[in-house]
Amino acid sequence: MSELHLKSIAELSAGLAAGEYSSEELTRHFLARIQELDEGLNSVVTLAEEASLAAAAAADARIAKGEAGPLTGIPILHKDIFCTQGVRTACGSRMLDNFISPYDATVVSRLKDAGVVMLGKTNMDEFAMGSSNETSYYGPVRNPWDRDRVPGGSSGGSAAAVAARLAVAATGTDTGGSIRQPAALCGITGLKPTYGRVSRYGMIAFASSLDQAGPMTRSAEDAAWLLAAMAGFDERDSTSVDRPVDDYLGQLDQDIKGLRVGVVKEFFEDGLNPGMRESMETAMEQLKALGAELVDVSLPNSHHSVAAYYVVAPAECSSNLSRFDGVRFGHRCENPVDLEDLYKRSRAEGFGPEVKRRIMIGAYALSAGYYDAYYLKAQQVRQVIADDFRKAFENVDVLLGPASPETAFRLGEKSDDPVSMYLSDIYTIAVNLAGLPALSMPAPLVDGLPAGLQLIGNYFDEGRILNLAHQLQQATDWHLQMPEGY
Amino acid sequence: MQWETVIGLEIHTQLTTNSKIFSGASIAFGAEPNTQACLVDLGFPGVLPVLNEAVVKKAILFGTAVDAKIARRSVFARKNYFYPDLPKGYQISQFELPIVGPGHVDILLADGQSKRVGVTRAHLEEDAGKSLHEDFQGMTGIDLNRAGTPLLEIVSEPDMRSAKEAVAYAKKIHQIVTYLGICDGNMQEGSFRMDANVSVRPRGEEKLGTRTELKNLNSFRFLEKAINFEVDRQIDVIESGGQVTQETRLYDPQKDETRSMRSKEEANDYRYFPDPDLLPLLIDEDFIAETVREMPELPEARRQRFETQYGLSAYDADVLTATRAQADFYEVVVAQAGDAKLCANWVMVELFGALNKAGLDLGGSPVSAERFGGLVKRIADNTISGKIAKTVFEAMWDSEDSADAIIESKGLKQITDSGAIEAIVDEVLAENTQQVENYRKAPEDKQPKMLGFFVGQVMKKSQGKANPKQVNQLLQDKLKN
Repeated sequence: MSELHLKSIAELSAGLAAGEYSSEELTRHFLARIQELDEGLNSVVTLAEEASLAAAAAADARIAKGEAGPLTGIPILHKDIFCTQGVRTACGSRMLDNFISPYDATVVSRLKDAGVVMLGKTNMDEFAMGSSNETSYYGPVRNPWDRDRVPGGSSGGSAAAVAARLAVAATGTDTGGSIRQPAALCGITGLKPTYGRVSRYGMIAFASSLDQAGPMTRSAEDAAWLLAAMAGFDERDSTSVDRPVDDYLGQLDQDIKGLRVGVVKEFFEDGLNPGMRESMETAMEQLKALGAELVDVSLPNSHHSVAAYYVVAPAECSSNLSRFDGVRFGHRCENPVDLEDLYKRSRAEGFGPEVKRRIMIGAYALSAGYYDAYYLKAQQVRQVIADDFRKAFENVDVLLGPASPETAFRLGEKSDDPVSMYLSDIYTIAVNLAGLPALSMPAPLVDGLPAGLQLIGNYFDEGRILNLAHQLQQATDWHLQMPEGY
Repeated sequence: MQWETVIGLEIHTQLTTNSKIFSGASIAFGAEPNTQACLVDLGFPGVLPVLNEAVVKKAILFGTAVDAKIARRSVFARKNYFYPDLPKGYQISQFELPIVGPGHVDILLADGQSKRVGVTRAHLEEDAGKSLHEDFQGMTGIDLNRAGTPLLEIVSEPDMRSAKEAVAYAKKIHQIVTYLGICDGNMQEGSFRMDANVSVRPRGEEKLGTRTELKNLNSFRFLEKAINFEVDRQIDVIESGGQVTQETRLYDPQKDETRSMRSKEEANDYRYFPDPDLLPLLIDEDFIAETVREMPELPEARRQRFETQYGLSAYDADVLTATRAQADFYEVVVAQAGDAKLCANWVMVELFGALNKAGLDLGGSPVSAERFGGLVKRIADNTISGKIAKTVFEAMWDSEDSADAIIESKGLKQITDSGAIEAIVDEVLAENTQQVENYRKAPEDKQPKMLGFFVGQVMKKSQGKANPKQVNQLLQDKLKN
C-alpha cells in the first residue's frame, strides 16, 4: 500500500483490475501525500478532495462492472490553466482567483471520460508566463530536489508534484518550453505534442499559435498512456488537426537500431553548462549502445528563436488577455467611477508584473507603424526556423539536445532579470515556433540535480520520440531517480 | 466655386443564418437580453471560435452577384479595442485578405443613364453586443445576444457624386442581398446599416478632399438627408476659409444635422493581426461551383422574365421586382388568379395603395399573397366585379377570412344569369318611361352619357351584383328600339 505512488500507470491499472486496491484507496493515498508533503512545495493550488473521491467511487463502479479502460481510477492533477467545471480555474492569477469554470476543457473531459480521477489543480506561472513558477499569484513552487530552487515553469506545479510522486501524472501546457523545461528541472518526462494534436478548447490561451497541452509523467510509457487519451481532433478547436491518433503504446517497443538521431550543434555551444554537456554525452553514448546512429545536424537560425518568440507570444497574449476586463468574470476593482477606471484598476490589480510586461511588449509590437518591423518579421523568422527543421528531418529521424542550458536555479536568482529568465528556454522555443513535437526525459543527474534530455520529432511523430525515450528508459534508471524525502 | 461631392459607402449586412458566425448560439432578434449568448459569445476563458460554413456560402453568393473575385484564401484578423459590449476585447473581422475582392454594380440615374459603381471589397466579421444606457440609473446594461452575429461588410469605391446616387447604390445593394436571401434587409432591426464617407473638392480637381464618416443612417431617407447636410457643411467650412477635419460624425434625424463623434487623433489603433485561433479560409473551385448553383434569380433577370413571361410593361415589371418580397408576392398571386395584367394592377394599385395608407410594408400586410390571389381570381373568373372586389378586399383587411368566404357570407356573388339581369333591366325601364323617351330622342353622341343613369339604377336594384358588362349590353339593345 505504501508504495502505490511508485507504480506506473500500467501497474496501477492492472492492480485496480485485479482488485488489489480500489481507486478510492489509491485516491486517498495520493490525497494524503499531497496533504502531508505539499506544504513545502506549494505545487497544488486547489485540492478537489470530495470531487476526487466521488470520481474514484464512480471509477470503482466502472471497474466492478467490467467497463473500465486503462486509465479508469488513475489519480492525476491538472494544470490550473485547464477549465474544470465547478472547480476554480485561476491560471496562477489574481485575475481569476474567483473564477469557477462553468465547463470542462476538452483535455479534461476526455480524461474524465477515460475514467481518470482529478485530485486537484497545480500551481503555475501567471497565465503560463514564466520559466520558474515565481510569477504565480499563489506564490512560487519549490523544487522537490532542492526546495531553495525553482521547479521551472510555467508548468512547475505539475512537474514538482509528479517528481514528488504526489500524483501518478499531471497535465501541462507548453508555449515556449513550459512542459519540457520544468520536466527537465524536476527530473520527469514531459511531452509537448505537435501543434494541433491536442485540443486547446478550454485551455486558457496565452499565445494561441504556440500553446499545446501534453502529459507530464514519470516515464515515457506513462506519457504514452496519457497522450493516447488526450490527443485527437476536436471540432471546437479549428486549429486541431483531423487525423487519426497513432498507437503510441504499440510503438514503444519498436527497435531503435539504425534510427538516425541528429545532434543539434547549436544546442551544444557556449551557453551550455559543462555538467549538463557531460550528462547529455552519457545519454548519447547510451543511445549509440542501443544501436541508434548519431549524426551532427545544424539549425543555423535557431539563435533567432528567442527574439522571434518574444514578439509573437506577447503579441498574441496582449490580445488574448483583453477579455479580462472586469466586466463578465474574474477580478473587478472596488467601486469603479467609470468605464475607464473599471478597466484600468481591474487590470492593474488583477495582473502581475510579468503579465503586464508582456501585454505591453505585445501591444507595442502590434501597433500601427511597428507591425511590419516586429510581428510580421517575427512570423517570417518563424518560417525560416521551421525550414531549418524541415531540412534537418530530411536526413535524420529524431533531433536531440538538452532541454535546458542548466539545472534548476535558485529562487529569486533570475526574477529581476527578465532576459536571463527568457534565455532559460533557449533550447525549447524553436520547437514551438515550428509546431513540432518534443519531449524532455531525465538524463544522468548533474551535481545531484536533474538534467533533461530533449528529443524532437517530425510533425505527428510523437510515437517515435516516445519509442526512443522508452527504449532509453528500459536500458537505464535515470527516470527512476527520486528526490529525497518523497 | 463649383464643388463636386465624392461619396463612398460602407454597408453592414446581417447575414440570415440560424446560428452565429463562430458559435452555435441562435441569432433570432428580440430575445430577452443575454439569453442567446453562449460561452463563446461571452468570451469566456479558454473558448475558441469555429467558423459557420453558411456565412461563407452567403459571401460567395454576394461576390458572384456583384461580379467580384472570390478569394481562394482569405484571413480572419483581430481588431483590438476595449468596449464592454465587445466580450473578447477584439472583434474577429477580415482585414488584409477579405473573402470578396473588387466587383461592381450598375445603378440607374435620374436622367435614365446607367452608372457603374465599384465594390472595393466585402468581408465577413462578427457583430458586437449592445450597450443599454437607459433604465440602469447611471449605469450601463450589456446585452450580448447580438455578439457574434454574422455580418458581411460591403465597401464601395468613392464613385458616387451625389446623395441621390448614394441612395441608388444603397438601394441596389439592398435589393441584391435581399434577392439573394442572405440578409433580411430590415433597417429598423439593424440588419442593413450604412455609413457614408463624404468629401467635397473643387470641380475638375483630381485630389480627394478630406472626408468625414457619417454614422447612424438607418434609412435611405436619412442617408440622403445626412449627405446633403454634410456636403453643405463642408462647403461652408471651406468657403469661410476653414478646413474640413477628418472625423466620424453622427447624424441626428431630429435636428437633421451631423455632429462630431471623434476625430482621427482620438481614433483607436486597432492593432490588427491574423487571428491565430482560425486557420486561413481556403475555398476551392468545387465549393464555389456548388454554392453558385444555389444562386437565386437576381433582380435584373427577374424583371426581364416578368416582361416576357407575363407580358407586363417595363414599368410594371420594374415596380413589381423592386424587392424580392414584392416579386415573390406577385408570383403567388398570379399562380392563383391567372390573369397576369389584372394581378399586376391589383397588387400595384389596390394592395400597395392600402399598405401605403396604413403605413405598412409588404411584410406587415394583413392580407397574405395566397388570400390576395384568391380575391383576384374571383375578379378574373367574373364571380365578382372589380367594384365589389374592393369591398371584399376591405373586409379581408380586417379579418382572416378568404375572399370566397366573404363573397359567400355577404352574398356578393355577381349575377351573370342573363334572364335575371334582363328582368331587372325591364323593371328599371318600366319605372322610368320618361327617361327612356328622352334617351331615344337624344342625339347619338349624348346617349352614352345618358346610359349611365340606367346602369346606375340596375346596379342599385341588384345591390351591385349584376355583371356590369352584361347590364350595359342589355340596356343598349333594349333602348335602341
